[in-house]
Amino acid sequence: MAKHHIEATVNGDAVEFLCETEETLLDVLRDTLHLTGSKEGCASGDCGACSVMLNGRLVCSCLVLGCEVGGQKIETIEGMATGETLHPLQQQFLKSAALQCGICTPGFLVASKALLERMPNPTETEVRYWLAGNLCRCTGYDKIVSAVMDTAATMRKG
Amino acid sequence: MAETMTNGSSQTYVGTRTIRPDGADKVTGRARFGADFNLPGQLIGRVLRSPHPHARIVSIDTSKAEALPGVKAVITRADFADQSSEFIPAGEMMMNYKDVVRNVMAREKALYEGHAVAAVAATSAAIARRALKLIEVKYEVLPHVIDVVEAMQPNAPLLHDDLFTVGVEPKPEKPSNIAKRVEIKQGDVEAGFKKADLVIEREFKTAPVHQGYIEPHAALASVSEDGSTELWCTTQGHFIVRAHCARLLGLDIGKVRVTASEIGGGFGGKTVVYLEPLAIALSKKAKRPVKMVMSREEVFKASGPTSGATVRVKLGATKDGKFVAAFAELKYQAGAFQGSPVQPGVMCAFAPYDIEHVHVIGYDVVSNRPKVAAYRAPGAPISEYAVESVVDEIAKKLELDPIDLRMQNAAHEGTKAAYGPKFGPVGLEETLNAIKKTEHWNAPLRKWQGRGVASGFWFNIGGETCASLTVNEDGTISLMAGTPDIGGLRASLAAVAADELGVPYDKVRPIIGDTGSVGFNFLTGGSRSAFSGSMAIVEAAKQIKAELCARACKLWEATPDQVEFSGGSVRPLGALAEKVKPMSVADFAKVAGKTGGPIGGVGRINAQGAGPSFGTHLVDLEVDPETGRVTVLRYTVAQDAGRALHPAYVEGQFQGGAVQGIGWALNEEYIYGDDGKLQNAGFLDYRMPVASDVPMIDAILVEVANPKHPYGVRGVGETPIVPPLGAIANAMESATGIRFTELPMSPPKVLKALKDKGLSRA
Amino acid sequence: MARVVLVGNLAQLTGGVAEFDLSATSVKQLFQQLGELHPALARHLEDGIAVAIDGQIFQDALLEPIGPDSEVFLLPQIAGGSTST
Repeated sequence: MAKHHIEATVNGDAVEFLCETEETLLDVLRDTLHLTGSKEGCASGDCGACSVMLNGRLVCSCLVLGCEVGGQKIETIEGMATGETLHPLQQQFLKSAALQCGICTPGFLVASKALLERMPNPTETEVRYWLAGNLCRCTGYDKIVSAVMDTAATMRKG
Repeated sequence: MAETMTNGSSQTYVGTRTIRPDGADKVTGRARFGADFNLPGQLIGRVLRSPHPHARIVSIDTSKAEALPGVKAVITRADFADQSSEFIPAGEMMMNYKDVVRNVMAREKALYEGHAVAAVAATSAAIARRALKLIEVKYEVLPHVIDVVEAMQPNAPLLHDDLFTVGVEPKPEKPSNIAKRVEIKQGDVEAGFKKADLVIEREFKTAPVHQGYIEPHAALASVSEDGSTELWCTTQGHFIVRAHCARLLGLDIGKVRVTASEIGGGFGGKTVVYLEPLAIALSKKAKRPVKMVMSREEVFKASGPTSGATVRVKLGATKDGKFVAAFAELKYQAGAFQGSPVQPGVMCAFAPYDIEHVHVIGYDVVSNRPKVAAYRAPGAPISEYAVESVVDEIAKKLELDPIDLRMQNAAHEGTKAAYGPKFGPVGLEETLNAIKKTEHWNAPLRKWQGRGVASGFWFNIGGETCASLTVNEDGTISLMAGTPDIGGLRASLAAVAADELGVPYDKVRPIIGDTGSVGFNFLTGGSRSAFSGSMAIVEAAKQIKAELCARACKLWEATPDQVEFSGGSVRPLGALAEKVKPMSVADFAKVAGKTGGPIGGVGRINAQGAGPSFGTHLVDLEVDPETGRVTVLRYTVAQDAGRALHPAYVEGQFQGGAVQGIGWALNEEYIYGDDGKLQNAGFLDYRMPVASDVPMIDAILVEVANPKHPYGVRGVGETPIVPPLGAIANAMESATGIRFTELPMSPPKVLKALKDKGLSRA
Repeated sequence: MARVVLVGNLAQLTGGVAEFDLSATSVKQLFQQLGELHPALARHLEDGIAVAIDGQIFQDALLEPIGPDSEVFLLPQIAGGSTST
């Protein structure tokens, strides 16, 4: 079976690639486009380490096929900072020590950004339920949740 | 408070919440974890694993796989030389390589579902998967046994016909699944129990759980024609990986260079080898680099979940609450090969308490499930869950406050531990007091809500450590450590170096060196990396300060008593101060070449003096009588850190360990079918806590300085997982009146227990 | 004379004798003297043993000094974060 030829946009840049039918978007991002910021923790959509935005929607890239994303807009962790300036969430995660090993951090940042774009003033419960699709084994979630709430407050101040 | 200032150092960064030096890379996805490395021309390696929990491997035919286009190498047991049975030190650990070589690649038998039987390297993952299907293995399926008590029965299926129980007299004539019996004894427990007004005896059961690191095992090996080997892997101990691979493959240690990638969690599970020797063997055969990454299913089935266990505890107290006698019998699963953490489980069981008569027996038992690897304070959560539950029952029966009861019996400085030595200064009483003073302790509870408290302990270790400081030409400092950074180590070490040398924090650049660049380091584990690493950095800084003072003496034509290092500079003293100005580290750096050469120091130590860390946890929870679901409402941790080099990362250890304990207590377990196969080998059904399962974890930092460390540091990483199991079981009793003696207390079990007591109409 | 106590299974290798008074002035000497008294113990003293001297635990510290009135315990080695065997 011949490979699929796909054209899409990743972090604002036009990309084109070939992929097998069974390759996931995560496989394509990591192995073909060399964007290794999205991680594979489970390949079954249960850990959220592969979280990306697909046409403005938060998805697990391990549950999307590479050949499905023709003409679509993908945003990964690599596109979160603006030039040399880290996104407020990235800055706050560092200030709040909201990461220990850091493997889940890209997924949490992408998911948190999606949350704050929808809900600029979430309660702690809303933050916890939105992020329930992202597993962290190191931090116990405390500092992650604090960082998201503190960033929300910072961003609301403008 | 012990002396914590080191000579000539300022205290600007240690104890503050600095931004970690590896932070920008971690929040942008730039940091390279195990599976993020690639080499040109690399092959993809995959492992064929036994579908049977116990089977003799009659034959393996790899010819069809080898013939498949794109397959460049296939390995089996034939590619690994057998190792003799001998416990030898390997990177400072006692290993039996006869077991290690068999765990890495099965030889006579497959001993668990998932046991590696063969491996291939091919030009793509798809071809590798197809190749595995072409390998023909003839198995003679054997009866299996998994549960520890069943495995100890005389007629249980036998895993190893050369395993004779060590530690029993007379030596057994027949082999069994009981590898070892261990014991500690103090006083006379029989006499002690006679003196008790109240004796409680209970039996507890726990299930195997996995460390649950989000990053699967990954390794990339490249072997050259001259036999030199490069390996990138995710590991807690790259020197240990080097030692194991060199031994298993017959290589000179110096010819193997291992680089530790960033590590996505370990918790003890990445202190041993699985893929690494396979990747090297495949690369050697294929003459190309080979990359191997485990799937999540493979991580669950073929890495090192901890023991399931059966524990019996008997504790006697006077009616005033003084513990007089303590007995426990621990039976721990070791997995397919011997080596469960039953020994530390035995030693930790009653460690928080000063008890005159103690007797603890432990059994290390093999059974057909993966070989146990360490999991954060290995052995202690299990035994201390049982003990803390019985302590709680005693408090309730004697109508004593559970904190006061623990305080009355608490180990403190000078207490003789049941495993032998006397404690130096320790902080158990301080943590008990800290919990008692919280608003949490007195907050009101409603129906179906309960509160539980428990204490816990871990020894902590030091170990061989090498770390270096190099002064660059512009006065910046390069710091090289050798223990993988799993949770903020680089931030702590940079703070220590900055304070020792009196330079700004952001002028210190820490890296973790590979095995070719830095001297031997024991692995990251035992809560040792900040403790030992900071000691080695202090030593390295001492050498630099001495060297700079010596150079100043030559430059200023002064004697040693006329100069001193303080606040980042060598300062002239007395009359000399009128003739010359102080010189900073950066000043010396500019003239380093002209004054003797590059400036640096190396700390090479076997760190001793690790101080134990005690902790006390308090938890409120609510039980839903219709579903059996337990909601953790509130959680407070108080633990002794000695001295927190970086308070945020110490809090992080408290919080992370507590939540792992919550998972272990309420939901996590390996579920085996009658066929011996794992039914929940994924994150959906192996249910770890998510953000909506837990509240904020309040962390109280207690600091009782460890007098054996220049800054008073105690390791903190492991103790936090020890108290939660007991604290949550105690809170469940408070909420329901039911003493849960089996973990996890998952909804179906809780609901059944409530129904049996007529407390639920669901 | 330093008082030396064997903890756990180690006493099985000495026919049950768990306490000794020895004149050793270092861990290395202590192991030598114990090994001469009980050859079955000697092999186990090389590795896998932690030594507590007056309350402080040492691992792999052959050159550590022992005082004339020291209290010494020999324990199984503690390797937290990795299983001990």
